[in-house]
Amino acid sequence: MIRYSPGLEVWGEPLATLRRIQDEINRAFGDQRFTPSAEFPPINIWRSTDGVVVTAEIPGIALETVDLTVHQNTLTLKGRREPDVKEPDVSYHRRERTYGPFSRSIALPFAVDSEKVRASAQNGILTIELPRPETDKPRKIKINPV
Amino acid sequence: MEKEATMADMGVQSHAGERGAESTRNGPVFVPVTDIYETEQALFLALEMPGVDPAEVSITLDKRVLTISGRSHVHAPEGCSLSHHEYRDGDYERSFTLAESIDGDHIEAELKDGLLRLKLPKAQPAPAKSIHVKAV
Repeated sequence: MIRYSPGLEVWGEPLATLRRIQDEINRAFGDQRFTPSAEFPPINIWRSTDGVVVTAEIPGIALETVDLTVHQNTLTLKGRREPDVKEPDVSYHRRERTYGPFSRSIALPFAVDSEKVRASAQNGILTIELPRPETDKPRKIKINPV
Repeated sequence: MEKEATMADMGVQSHAGERGAESTRNGPVFVPVTDIYETEQALFLALEMPGVDPAEVSITLDKRVLTISGRSHVHAPEGCSLSHHEYRDGDYERSFTLAESIDGDHIEAELKDGLLRLKLPKAQPAPAKSIHVKAV
């Protein structure tokens, strides 16, 4: 579970963060990732005044097969990575991709109206837009001269 | 035994460690995670390249070296700032040395949902020829 709290996320999961750094170093130096990533899918969280945008790398997974649920302030994405093989009698030379079910939950800083959540995928990048409810948006307070 | 011999023969070597050349683009170049498997007829490759558009993939076969590269075109969501990150966008590159027995003229490739699939058919072995000996 990722707690969305700007400035604090680094301390939330110290080991996961270290694993991610290790992962990134391996990728940058051309090391092959034989060990599966700490968590799948890797996600980035973006924020703006209008809400939060979650992007995730889901190569080889069709958007329709991803199960997205929003309950109050928790976003959950679930799915399954299936091996690509359709032919019988195959022998593997390399097997670096990982398979199996995945599930990730993200705690958002506000309760989301599930009707307003929009998800799209392009070239294996999943984008989920979670608008902030009107009631949660900052309001300007007018000061009346007395 | 025969099966093992063909397997070794088909062995695909990867040049993941080639770091001599530098990219002219700013940003990281990743080695895509790859599955390689083989059937009787062909060799299959599946490379994970999230963020790459099909138009931005280049696949070249120079002699026996197959080089696959892809450029990522991912833009940050408008008006947003990154507050938690686990992956970075970047380009991808990886090369493989193919066995002689691959038919380089009939390689098929398709990119869907950020996963590049390649089918490399095996060349049909040339039929044995008998050579006629002339009597001198």
